[in-house]
Amino acid sequence: MQDYQTQKPTVLEILNTHQAMPGNLLPILHGIQDTLGYIPPAAVVDIAKSLNLSQAEVHGVISFYHYFRETPPGEHTIRICRAESCQAMNGKALETHVKQQLGIDFHETTADGIFSLEPVYCLGNCACSPSITIDDEVMGRVTTEKFDRLLATYKGAK
Amino acid sequence: MTRVFISRDSTALSLGAEQVAKALEQQASSKGLSAEIVRNGSRGLFWLEPLVEVETSQGRVSYGPVQVEDVAPLLDAGLLDGKQHPLYLGNIEEIAYFKNQNRLTFARVGLTDPVNIDEYLAHDGYRGLKNALALQATEIVKQVTDSGLRGRGGAAFPTGIKWNTVLNAPADQKYIVCNADEGDSGTFSDRMIMEGDPFVLIEGMTIAGLAVGATQGYIYLRVEYPHAKIALNQAIEAAYKNGYLGENIQNSGKTFHLEVRSGAGAYICGEETSLLESLEGKRGLVRFKPPLPAIVGLFGKPTIVNNVISLASIPVILDKGGEYYKNYGMGRSRGTLPLQLAGNIKHPGLFEVAFGMTLRELLYDYGGGSASGRPIRAVQVGGPLGAYLHEGQFDTPLDYEAFAAISAVLGHGGIVVHDDTVNMADMARYAMEFCVEESCGKCTPCRIGSTRGVEVIDRIVEGVQKDKNTVLLRDLCDTMTYGSLCAMGGMTPFPVLSALNHFPEDFGLQSAKA
Ligand SMILES: Cc1cc2nc3c(=O)[nH]c(=O)nc-3n(C[C@H](O)[C@H](O)[C@H](O)COP(=O)(O)O)c2cc1C
Ligand code: SF4
Ligand code: FES
Repeated sequence: MQDYQTQKPTVLEILNTHQAMPGNLLPILHGIQDTLGYIPPAAVVDIAKSLNLSQAEVHGVISFYHYFRETPPGEHTIRICRAESCQAMNGKALETHVKQQLGIDFHETTADGIFSLEPVYCLGNCACSPSITIDDEVMGRVTTEKFDRLLATYKGAK
Repeated sequence: MTRVFISRDSTALSLGAEQVAKALEQQASSKGLSAEIVRNGSRGLFWLEPLVEVETSQGRVSYGPVQVEDVAPLLDAGLLDGKQHPLYLGNIEEIAYFKNQNRLTFARVGLTDPVNIDEYLAHDGYRGLKNALALQATEIVKQVTDSGLRGRGGAAFPTGIKWNTVLNAPADQKYIVCNADEGDSGTFSDRMIMEGDPFVLIEGMTIAGLAVGATQGYIYLRVEYPHAKIALNQAIEAAYKNGYLGENIQNSGKTFHLEVRSGAGAYICGEETSLLESLEGKRGLVRFKPPLPAIVGLFGKPTIVNNVISLASIPVILDKGGEYYKNYGMGRSRGTLPLQLAGNIKHPGLFEVAFGMTLRELLYDYGGGSASGRPIRAVQVGGPLGAYLHEGQFDTPLDYEAFAAISAVLGHGGIVVHDDTVNMADMARYAMEFCVEESCGKCTPCRIGSTRGVEVIDRIVEGVQKDKNTVLLRDLCDTMTYGSLCAMGGMTPFPVLSALNHFPEDFGLQSAKA
């Protein structure tokens, strides 16, 4: 894991630019995660100090939201939709296949550090279920074969 | 220069629209053909996406679904002149699925470049705002009340009454908050508006600001919608540049500022008070009501919280009048509802129609039956908290009261279709599990009850004291219905009990009536 001292300037800068914004905690957390890929636990001290909150309060917010993470993700994050419409189109079989192919469960990262896997509840792509995203790209009507092809491209592109 | 339209809508992109657009651009230019590619929203006929529409002398002509490998043969066949080809569809607006809709809110989606303000203005955009600027606040609210519009986000509360409450609440600052959390499975109409015609939402929010005297608006957008965020921010920037947002809007002396805020993957933040907590930078815990957000809302100030579709329906109401909008619909359900057909359905997509059509017409006449070709067995309407309907209920008209009468909800108009391979005990279990995952944790019936619910369903399915556990499950649902603070815990029994009542055989129980 990276040393927080090298990340600290980024965190302070994000805190600085959001100082005057009302209700700024979520935008700050997004800013940090967008830049560093996750929210380093050590950043909580700085965030709490800057916003005049307790560390427990900041941590409480981070842990409430599924999207925020406190550990570094793999190079690519794969999200699989688990909601009803995707289930109606074999989403569960796809989920099993993906876990098997990657050799990991939800909230884990492959040993080579390339892929992280996260569950998601609806991507608004239900008209073409089952759906997944790889980073910010949405993909629809994902069969197991289509998934294998995608995985190969991402591995190749690395 | 021939204009060619290829959608930038997420679902079109999820099927390869970006690659098709790139291929078309490259191949046209290498053949020396002049084509201008416009990235529009989607017409909502998703089985035809990626759809390519070409502006020709005979009008707009479309082709679909187009894959990258189709691009070369299409260009050779004379795509840019609207010539024949096996993928030729003619004018998309003449296809029954499209033609028989009542497109009021979605009038421009798929037709125009969503972030081009000149195109918005050329297609009747900002006419509602222009009218609103000439009216007193009370008169704007009256138009909305007269339209009969009820909130499209779930609870179907009359929008005019909500606005009137905020209008009459004295305060130095008021807010307009757009609920763009769209967390229900099977729903994507909010996303399609934001990606396909973001100005209509911006215009609706600006009118709301004028109506109640609010100068600041927030769009609380779920983080799962990155493309919507891009389109919204592009449109907001254009609106500021052209004097439709900011200080002194169109020289009226009025002010309205607008900002997009991202959620962080919590279903409960779609509940309006939880959303406000989140916007304030807190955990999304549901607030006790009263006080209503209309009185004590964001940062303690009077706040309108409305769904995307509710707000996007405002411009046409202010343009054509409340009466015009009211003339669509049936009973107390006025206007149109953008229905979203998803799951196991042959022709999935968005279908905006006046209230009153039956589910059966929609599923079979337009939806074309299941995608798998197997019989449709269960349909969930209204998201994860909505009831499962069985075949015998498909003739129910799509109307708030008619649905309430069969213990179901229309909610956000999402329709998820399952064929006969579905196991309804699994779906009931999933509904409970979803509540475990997404409960805000404030009250016991929801937080603990749902965990127990999963266990009880497991025992029934395993055959452990079946009858006793079925009674226990009903009891538990009762406690959740009456003991929960919000509809998360309060409505989870809808999918669970409807599955149990209509499909008992899947729980290993004796089949009741058909
Ligand atoms: C658990 C829960 C989730 C909700 N999710 C949404 C949502 O994603 N989008 C939405 O507009 N309304 C949602 N609602 C309804 C809102 O609380 C609220 O009724 C709505 O935003 C009001 O706007 P409207 O009057 O325009 O419908 C949800 C309600 C509950 C109880
Ligand atoms: S019902 Fe559930 S989600 Fe709603 S307030 Fe109670 S614990 Fe929170
Ligand atoms: S249910 Fe999977 S994308 Fe909506």
